[in-house]
Amino acid sequence: MKAGDRLPPLEIPVTRTLIVAGAIASRDYQDVHHDPDAARRKGSPDVFMNILTTNGLVGRYITDHFGARAELRRVAIRLGAPNHPGDTLVLTGTVEEVDGDLATVRVTGANGIGTHVTGTVTVRVPA
Amino acid sequence: MSGEPEIHEEFEARLKACAGRPAAATGVGRDPVNEPMIRHWCEAMGDTNPAYRGPDAIAPPTMLQAWTMAGLSRRPERAAAYDELLTLLDASGHEAVVATDCEQEYLRPLRPGDRVTYDSVIESVSERKTTRLGTGYFVTTRTDVRANGEPAGTHRFRILKYAPAHRPDPPREKRPRPVVNRDNAGFWAGVARHELLIQRCCGCARLRFPWLPGCNDCGCPDWDTVAARGTGTVYSWVVMHHPSFPAFDPPYAVGLIELAEGVRIVGDLVGVEHERVRIGMPVRLEFRRFDEELVLPVFRGVAP
Repeated sequence: MKAGDRLPPLEIPVTRTLIVAGAIASRDYQDVHHDPDAARRKGSPDVFMNILTTNGLVGRYITDHFGARAELRRVAIRLGAPNHPGDTLVLTGTVEEVDGDLATVRVTGANGIGTHVTGTVTVRVPA
Repeated sequence: MSGEPEIHEEFEARLKACAGRPAAATGVGRDPVNEPMIRHWCEAMGDTNPAYRGPDAIAPPTMLQAWTMAGLSRRPERAAAYDELLTLLDASGHEAVVATDCEQEYLRPLRPGDRVTYDSVIESVSERKTTRLGTGYFVTTRTDVRANGEPAGTHRFRILKYAPAHRPDPPREKRPRPVVNRDNAGFWAGVARHELLIQRCCGCARLRFPWLPGCNDCGCPDWDTVAARGTGTVYSWVVMHHPSFPAFDPPYAVGLIELAEGVRIVGDLVGVEHERVRIGMPVRLEFRRFDEELVLPVFRGVAP
């Protein structure tokens, strides 16, 4: 593990099911995450993924790569282009810094309309 | 949907005054950390990490906020200041919400059975911002989460409360204006009265269109008019695909119409798909208002 290491990309199909399942698993009942008509009334073309699901997927991307013993310490994300049904989210990551057993990973998630998420994850990877 | 909200300085001052005030005073998680919610989360995320299963399971750290969510019922612990802020924003037309940032630090793992409590403070309210979704305010809250009374993590969350942007059709360009001159003013005066006037020569009685100062047959400069009955047929037509002009919506059919009186006139063909227009198709005259100033004769295709 060293600065500059690239994580293999993770492709996630953004299905309507994933959007709704993620919203409900995170107890987020905002209508824009499950009701297409309500989403349109609020200026969006369709339902879109909630931030908690994106956060969960970014966490999964890191622990998938570093293994079950990896401990997430910090996840900070910013959303951009929304994840609508039918799109594909491609997560990529680069190790920015390594300090002992702590790594800082820069994560980017792109979809068909732009950059869905950018973020930084601090993870402890026991030797 | 409401229009562009009016923003007063006083309103913005009230928003600002919410910063630093509590968003929730000692909220209690609706459920203790529990295996079913962890499993539902992992299934949704496709997360197969074994650390989240079995007797020593921990909750996925990124679930931190989920344990503080109210679910379908309204958050009972929400503090007055946060309610006041959201009410102010809702009432001023910024009723839509989208989350933009989430920063979480994890101090210790959450395990099934942990009781979650939290305190939340409004960190800041932004200036008014215009975004692709609409105009609104970014509201940042910081929540300290405890498990069985011990600090377990912090969660900084930013939302945009916004007035959804209207997506009106862009204003239509107006159609080109007719050039009205001494020779054709009578024709346009007729159109304004919803009459299509044809010139008639006072010398030889020949009908002529378009309007001219004198008769092409006998040279007589005197004329009067007759009003078209309003029936005719398509003598020829074109379908305009390109180029497009701002006031027009291609493809559309323009007809050369032979009126029952025998003269021909160019006009829009309406009420019939452009690909169904045929030579000889019967048409009926109508007058259509395109804007405050412009009325034009058009021809409606009549089903044979």
